[in-house]
Amino acid sequence: MSDAVAHHPTSTGLDSRKLAFWTFIGSECLLFGSLISTYLVYKGRSVTGPTPAEILNIPLTSVSTFDLLMSSLAMVLALAAVARGDRLWARVWLATTAALGAIFLGFQAYEFTHFVQEGLKLQTNLFGSTFFTLTGFHGGHVLVGVLWLLTLLFRSFQGKLGPDKALLVELAGLYWHFVDVVWIVIFTVVYLIQ
Amino acid sequence: MNNRRSIGVAFAALALMLAACAGDYPQSTLHPTADFGYQIDGLSRTIFWWAVAVFVIVETVLVVAVLKFRDRPGAADPAVVHGNTLMEMAWTLAPAVVLVFIAVPSIQTILKTTGAPVDGALEVEVIGHQWWWEFRYPALAVTTANEMHVPQGRTVTLRMTSADVIHSFWAPKLGGKRDVLPGRVTRIAFTPDSVGEFMGQCAEFCGESHANMRLRLVVDAPADFEAWVAGQRTAPPAPDSAATTERAGLAAFRQVRQPANHSCIACHAIEGVSAGVLGPDLSHLASRGTIAGGILPMSADGLTRWLRDPTVVKPGSLMPKIELSEAEIDALVAYLTSLR
Amino acid sequence: MATAALAIEAPQARSGIRSWITTTDHKRIGILYGVTAFFFFLVGGLEALLIRAQLGSPHNTLVSAETYNQLFTMHGTTMVFLAIMPLSAAFFNYIIPLQIGARDVAFPRLNAFSYWVFLLGGLFMNASFLFGAAPDGGWFGYANLTSLQYSPGLNIDFWVLGLQILGVASIAAGINFLITIVNLRAPGMTMMRLPVFTWMALITQFIIVTAFPVITVALVLLMFDRTFGTTFYSVAAGGDVLLWQHLFWLFGHPEVYILILPTMGMVSEVIPTFSRKPLFGYAVVVYSGLLIALLGWGVWAHHMFAVGMGSVADSVFSATTMLIAIPTGVKIFNWIATMWGGRIRLETPMLFAIGFIAMFIIGGLSGVMHSSAPADLQQTDTYFVVAHIHYVLYGGAIQGIFAGIYYWWPKITGWKLNDGIGKLHFWLSLLGMNLAFFPMHAIGLLGMPRRIYTYDTALGLDTMNLVSTIGAFIVGASALVFLFNTWWSRRKEPAGADPWGGATLEWTIPSPPPPYNFTAIPEVVSRLPRWSRTEMKAIPDVPPEPIHLPPGSYWPLVAAAGIVVLATGALLKALILAIGGGAIVVVAIFAWAFEPFEA
Repeated sequence: MSDAVAHHPTSTGLDSRKLAFWTFIGSECLLFGSLISTYLVYKGRSVTGPTPAEILNIPLTSVSTFDLLMSSLAMVLALAAVARGDRLWARVWLATTAALGAIFLGFQAYEFTHFVQEGLKLQTNLFGSTFFTLTGFHGGHVLVGVLWLLTLLFRSFQGKLGPDKALLVELAGLYWHFVDVVWIVIFTVVYLIQ
Repeated sequence: MNNRRSIGVAFAALALMLAACAGDYPQSTLHPTADFGYQIDGLSRTIFWWAVAVFVIVETVLVVAVLKFRDRPGAADPAVVHGNTLMEMAWTLAPAVVLVFIAVPSIQTILKTTGAPVDGALEVEVIGHQWWWEFRYPALAVTTANEMHVPQGRTVTLRMTSADVIHSFWAPKLGGKRDVLPGRVTRIAFTPDSVGEFMGQCAEFCGESHANMRLRLVVDAPADFEAWVAGQRTAPPAPDSAATTERAGLAAFRQVRQPANHSCIACHAIEGVSAGVLGPDLSHLASRGTIAGGILPMSADGLTRWLRDPTVVKPGSLMPKIELSEAEIDALVAYLTSLR
Repeated sequence: MATAALAIEAPQARSGIRSWITTTDHKRIGILYGVTAFFFFLVGGLEALLIRAQLGSPHNTLVSAETYNQLFTMHGTTMVFLAIMPLSAAFFNYIIPLQIGARDVAFPRLNAFSYWVFLLGGLFMNASFLFGAAPDGGWFGYANLTSLQYSPGLNIDFWVLGLQILGVASIAAGINFLITIVNLRAPGMTMMRLPVFTWMALITQFIIVTAFPVITVALVLLMFDRTFGTTFYSVAAGGDVLLWQHLFWLFGHPEVYILILPTMGMVSEVIPTFSRKPLFGYAVVVYSGLLIALLGWGVWAHHMFAVGMGSVADSVFSATTMLIAIPTGVKIFNWIATMWGGRIRLETPMLFAIGFIAMFIIGGLSGVMHSSAPADLQQTDTYFVVAHIHYVLYGGAIQGIFAGIYYWWPKITGWKLNDGIGKLHFWLSLLGMNLAFFPMHAIGLLGMPRRIYTYDTALGLDTMNLVSTIGAFIVGASALVFLFNTWWSRRKEPAGADPWGGATLEWTIPSPPPPYNFTAIPEVVSRLPRWSRTEMKAIPDVPPEPIHLPPGSYWPLVAAAGIVVLATGALLKALILAIGGGAIVVVAIFAWAFEPFEA
């Protein structure tokens, strides 16, 4: 990925890619904000069941939430390792982050399948439509993040992820933490506050 | 020089518009005949004259600036000016003050025109359909379509919803419009003070024949209104044995055809004959001035054109072209014309 | 210039089709945007002429009801998304780097990507005509008319997917220009030394990146309803059709500021140059722009006054809408004050700029009339609104864009457009637009709703409609005059670096600029570098050190093509196509990320 921009002086002193990514995150805030608002507007208005209280498994989702939080910790450690040129631990922590992300997706896949079996599909009622769309979009973002991390891991194995490329890992970390924060909001709004 | 022509054109068009006010415009918003209309009209005129004043002042200053400071041979270099805080404050505050004069009456009028239910008012239920209007008077047990009668001088409240997509009820001479939505109830309240027939039409794009969804609001003198109600509540008599064409028409109306939506009785209600709900209630069709959502006259000619092929008159019409012989059409026209 | 050639490392070819397809040069991309957008402007104009031809007489049968509904839907969608926005983008592309003293935008390949997505998205949307299924739900696509039940054909699917594609282009470009302006300014160019056009462009990008995600969600919900049977806009399932309206207008109102702010920026450049006087209150004009963008988020439900939101909502939104008139008025007063005491040269760019002010005043005042909720109950959904819209968007935005075109044409091409023909263009356009749109104020107040393919002669509006139609055709003729001007003026009047006596950096370099823009990045010492008494260090004729320019790339086009293949798969419910398109996008992104590229 282009890193020559980093060598040009910039008006703010910050790398343009970092600024661009923060802007993108800002844009994504509005995307998820609109999806979460839609969920909230339709909360309790389903004409038929199942309802959240009947079907959501809070203990299980708490485990997957914890898993995602731990993945953010792994991400922080990955960035630190890359920045200090520690090839071994960079790979360990990148792999761990990706694995924990994949585990989260596994939990979600299980949850979705289970809900469908229990009679809650995308089309079933307002809860189904809003729940699957909101958490599905989030899961899609996690998947993109996992693919990004695996790509970085691959680059590391190619020997192309030295400290000079730390910005790329920082941006991936920014994305990953954002996805994690969005999940905290979703978990609170959908699961905890019913 | 530059803006003279554009301003000239604008004023010419304004003159055209003012001349227009003098003409006959059955859907005009400028000559209301009910309190809802008066309240809006008074407010609109206030805002309009403020707008005209601002327009005249600002455009004049613009034109003067262009003319006075045009480049001429030998003109001096302009003095470099980087702004003036006092002027900025002045032309920020002045519009704000003008806006207060617009905002206050606006909010007052909002509070007066909520359409909330009124004790003693005549309540009419309005149900929007693609592309016709259903009107029900629950307290009077009257159901009709496209032509609403109300008594002069009495408050009418409309309780409105849609059976399909979003429409908008608009009879400009009575007042503003209000959207009509599926799954929601919206309201208008008005007290008409003039007898007459007032045209209106749907004002929210609702599909192919949105342009053909008209309505008529008829304000009757109180006695005439009572007579109208009485007529609407009387079941239409069956045609007597001597009226052979009308009897043939009733038979044609009753006939079951394939596919199902080619049978009149599948969609239409006529008291004592059928109970369809998808199309307008035809029990007193001949008491109305128009048919087909207000786009054809209630006449032999209008009925014939409609029955021959509704989809030609009203593109997208949910009433299909039904295979009817000319004789059947004549018979149906005779029968429907008897439904006063 | 031989010495200069040795100093430039320029891996991009400069001629041939391939050079255009792989270009990452902001100037070329600007030209591509401009030509493409102007083509779509003509398409939208043709749709308008067909609409007006149909409405020229009552009970007309020139086009069917269904065709008419497609025409007004596509006219609105085309003019907003395929004409005005990309015409502004053409200038963002070409002019912003020149005004801030940069060699290119922050992300040149992303820039190319935005263009290709726009082009392919516009073609995708218009391909619907070939299927006889052009979008027909209005440019605002209200639920539940747009549901599968009431719109069973492909029309709405074309619309939803087309807009999603265009949204990608807009957000990508928004991020790109935002970072460019914030981060690539020449040394000494502080934010309060930015040219007003660049400031308004910056504010516009903020609005784009925040407003577009909202319509993205609105469209996703509609797409899911139509494709997967979800219930977002389904009344039977307990859904609310108003959810669409709130989401759409939360985007839709900031969108109109996206349409007008860049052109206000253009006018803010032309007026000082042709008055030979600096902009009266630079800081106030900038802050007004910021305030308009901020307040623009608080007025959306003034599009919903007829819906019955209740007196509190109606009052609040009336008040906020009136409030936004204040910074708008402040800008107008500042422009007039700039002209006052100046030495005004009435050449074509200035005529269009003055025309902008004159017509925008009218459009703004009819907007104030709309802002009062009860008054709006008579005005909304009638031709009165159509008058307002076209005074601000044609009288405002389009005239502003023509001011920009005539102003910057010499910089872009190296020659000036003929001023005599330009004046004919201006007067014809002004006459036509007033004939076309002024009567609409009356037509609306006298009872003609919008979006109707025909009307009854009983309304008494036949003559006014005919006058409006004639005006529309005059506007069309004026566009032809402009096209003639672009052809006739070719290379007749060489422009030189500074044909107008401009104040800003773009006038310090040759016309057209060399690929690298500046031989050396200037050091800025004032807001009006070419007018200021504090002189800027002269820019050398030849580059003092080697300049590196980035190479071209195929991947932006490939990624854009992948997106459209994906959308086509979604349209035709062909999973293979959708997966294939997605795969192309993924491959293109990886190739893009790993190809050697130094900006």
